[in-house]
Amino acid sequence: MIRLTVNGVAYEREVEPRLLLADFLRHDLGLTGTHVGCEQGVCGACTVILNGNSVRSCLCFAVQADGCEIETVEGLGSVDNLNPLQKAFQEHHALQCGFCTPGMLMTGVDLLRKYPLATDAEIREGLSGNLCRCTGYEHVVQAIRSVVAAEAENGG
Amino acid sequence: MEAEARPKIIGARVQRVEDPRLLAGQGAFIDDLNLPGTLHVAFARSDHAHARIVDIDSADAARMPGVVAVFAAADIEGLMQPIRATSRMADYHATELPVLARDKVRYVGESVVAVVAENRYLAEDAVERIVITYQALGNAIDPVAMAEPGSPLLHEDAGTNVIVSRTFMRGDVDEAMASAPIRVGDTFRMHRKTPTAMENRGYLAAYDQGRRSLTLHSTSQIPGIVRDALVEMLDLPGNRLRVVAPDVGGGFGGKGALYPEEVLVCIVARQLGRPVKWLSDRLEDLMTTNQAFDEIVEAELACDDEGHILGLRAEVIGDVGAYSIYPWTAAIEPVQVVSFMPGPYRVPSYWARARAVATSKTPTGAYRGVGRPISTFVMERLMDMAAAKLSLDPLEMRRRNMVRAEEFPYKSASGIVWDRAGFMECLDGVAAAADYQALRQQQAQARAAGRWVGIGLASYAELTGLGSRIAVAPGMPVNTGTESATIRIDSTGAVTAYFGIASHGQGLETTLAQVIAEELGVRVEDVAVIHGDSAVVAHGTGTFASRSTVLAGGAAIMSARAVREKVLEAASHLLEADVGDIDAANGRVFVKGTDRGLSFRELARGVYSEMGRLPKDVREGIELEATRMYDPYFGTTSPASHLAMVEIDPETYQVTIQRYVVAEDCGRVINPLIADGQVHGGVAQGIGAALMEEVVHDEAGQILTASLMDYVVPTAAEIPSMEVIHLETELPDNIGGFRGMGEGGTIGAPAALANAITDALAPLGININVLPITPERLFRLISKQQE
Repeated sequence: MIRLTVNGVAYEREVEPRLLLADFLRHDLGLTGTHVGCEQGVCGACTVILNGNSVRSCLCFAVQADGCEIETVEGLGSVDNLNPLQKAFQEHHALQCGFCTPGMLMTGVDLLRKYPLATDAEIREGLSGNLCRCTGYEHVVQAIRSVVAAEAENGG
Repeated sequence: MEAEARPKIIGARVQRVEDPRLLAGQGAFIDDLNLPGTLHVAFARSDHAHARIVDIDSADAARMPGVVAVFAAADIEGLMQPIRATSRMADYHATELPVLARDKVRYVGESVVAVVAENRYLAEDAVERIVITYQALGNAIDPVAMAEPGSPLLHEDAGTNVIVSRTFMRGDVDEAMASAPIRVGDTFRMHRKTPTAMENRGYLAAYDQGRRSLTLHSTSQIPGIVRDALVEMLDLPGNRLRVVAPDVGGGFGGKGALYPEEVLVCIVARQLGRPVKWLSDRLEDLMTTNQAFDEIVEAELACDDEGHILGLRAEVIGDVGAYSIYPWTAAIEPVQVVSFMPGPYRVPSYWARARAVATSKTPTGAYRGVGRPISTFVMERLMDMAAAKLSLDPLEMRRRNMVRAEEFPYKSASGIVWDRAGFMECLDGVAAAADYQALRQQQAQARAAGRWVGIGLASYAELTGLGSRIAVAPGMPVNTGTESATIRIDSTGAVTAYFGIASHGQGLETTLAQVIAEELGVRVEDVAVIHGDSAVVAHGTGTFASRSTVLAGGAAIMSARAVREKVLEAASHLLEADVGDIDAANGRVFVKGTDRGLSFRELARGVYSEMGRLPKDVREGIELEATRMYDPYFGTTSPASHLAMVEIDPETYQVTIQRYVVAEDCGRVINPLIADGQVHGGVAQGIGAALMEEVVHDEAGQILTASLMDYVVPTAAEIPSMEVIHLETELPDNIGGFRGMGEGGTIGAPAALANAITDALAPLGININVLPITPERLFRLISKQQE
């Protein structure tokens, strides 16, 4: 039996010890926004925030998340009420097929919370654990840059 | 509102309608679709590259918990008709595409046994218990050796490993070579890569026993082609076999063919009467998704002493892997290398031969750019080699040979007809945008300081948006030259448009809505675009070969114009005004110059719902719907020039891209955001092909790059910021004025980078003739030269 909070909602579930956190979120909780791209911890599509840090949910077992607070893409903003980073992704066309996007957003959220992201090189370095095959990253960097700029304007 | 005052929707930076659902985690990708009672498949796959199957023992597996059924080739034999990719091309030998290997395996990863269980974890547990006994048949992985007569046959029934051979010829190239003052040549190698879409392949089949109908959800770029093939294989009529591509996470050609697993889930679902799902994991993707361009090209270019091309000769060996894929055949990649080799240049004499050689590796397919990344790499290297020999600037070398505006339509040396397009404008555009002369000065200073800095150009032209006159793959019996659009205004005034294409990242739900909105006089948000569903069109193929905007966009214009006529006619009755006085814009029809008008909702209500508003004959004649087919016949010419400036780190041999500029002509741009994004993404994949991505096999045919740690794709840290210029050259005889542009970035980047790196290393006299040029390869080349 594990107890954890996902996007502010408390869950209690019986799980097999070998169940991956990604599969738990997707199949047991029905939160299919978190995507699985490699199950090898390389592509970053499955990135979620666990106790305030971005992690690969394909490299965690669900049992390891017992007692943890998890944030997934579903917790950011809804279709009708996108959050500022999601809006910036749309405005800058920072997604094409959208498969890597939830992971990109969760990494982006983590970067924006923790780092000044003063240069594009810093953004690119921060994103280097998330693979995208569609965008060439250009617009993703621009989207994150625009959020950094807007936050600075609003007094951060 | 007058027509001129209408908002221009085509050409606007419209935000994508696909985005909110994808951003909020509400996309519906294949693994997000769940049907009650779904069974899951895992495969026992071959761990031999070339071996006879002696015995399969799956008794233990069948007894494992949760296992419902186990299938080997013999178990599905009577449940389907086999399929092979046919072609009218001479010297082509079709190979069967086995769903499960029968008697023999031909590459590592080939599916041999399918285990069907209550979930994937249990299915994989059972796969571990399957024992397959093989008898090794000897190495069959070197394409040069396999092309020799007497080499072991991969397909005994073909009688040869050279399953395609095709020669192109223009003029007397021997004579041109013999008398030419300047000749340059080399053997070029482009190593095998793989598309690596972020979403792996996956299939979910459900058989409705009551209606005897099958629905396949597939991560396919070509649901129409898959439907038509499955109808033959499974003997079901098209109205009881539906193929749906839901949200699909990238394809790049890798999802653009019929796959064994997709047939298997259909067979099993029909047999067991339960939904059946298979999802590739990344290991399976890297082993089994059709791979890309693995070629050896021996090529030579002859010029006069002013740099004008006199002749070109090329011999191409394409390692096409184990099977000729459906429907494109093994010809698609290597034959396009020789079709496109002459590039955007005047080449008076040409001889080239392409041979596709079967080897015991994953089949190759139609990866983004198909043939052109290598043909451009080779031709653009030759151009620079000739320029160097003549002490001519590479930019000037290209200017002297490029087809000029007054020469269109120009029949290229391989027979492709280039229609009017901005060839020279792209070259001049990229040079101007990059400030080429200033870059050369910067480079001179860097070189004087001992730094390895280089500039590379690459120009190419491609044929996109192919119409019915030209097959995507030579001799292929599948028509991909037409697309339809059905546009319907329903009784609520909502506009729905149905297409046979299958968008998987290209943003076609937005760009096609823009086209329809502009033509019909509604807003983008009023239009719902339905695609990727074989049930909504009579015929459709899918999205590949830079075709969807050209073909579906053209059909959308024709269809929207037809519906608009009906809208105006209906409005003239409802508003009691002359048709000529009525206009439509922004979701309203109105009498020009007055405030009398109707919303589309009110119009539809008047036409469909309100009794007595229209006389009987008018009511019977105005269904607010039209279907039109568009056929661009030959297709559209899409040229581009790329410029890369690089620096090589003398200690790590890491290549850093300092500038990357693209000037491309995609005709009329529908959405600049999306057009830029297509180029950025294409270039990023081209950078991967140039510098890092390589599928590596050992001598026995084992794949050594079976994870994303070993198969390295570029991250945000390796990809530079890019500058993109779109030239919007007008097209003759094309309804929308759109040229295809989805693949271009991948075509130009390998060549531009190979030229830039060669240029950087010019003081050492190193020619880059192998891609990807990894730090290790650079280290070896440079060390050898410095010895």
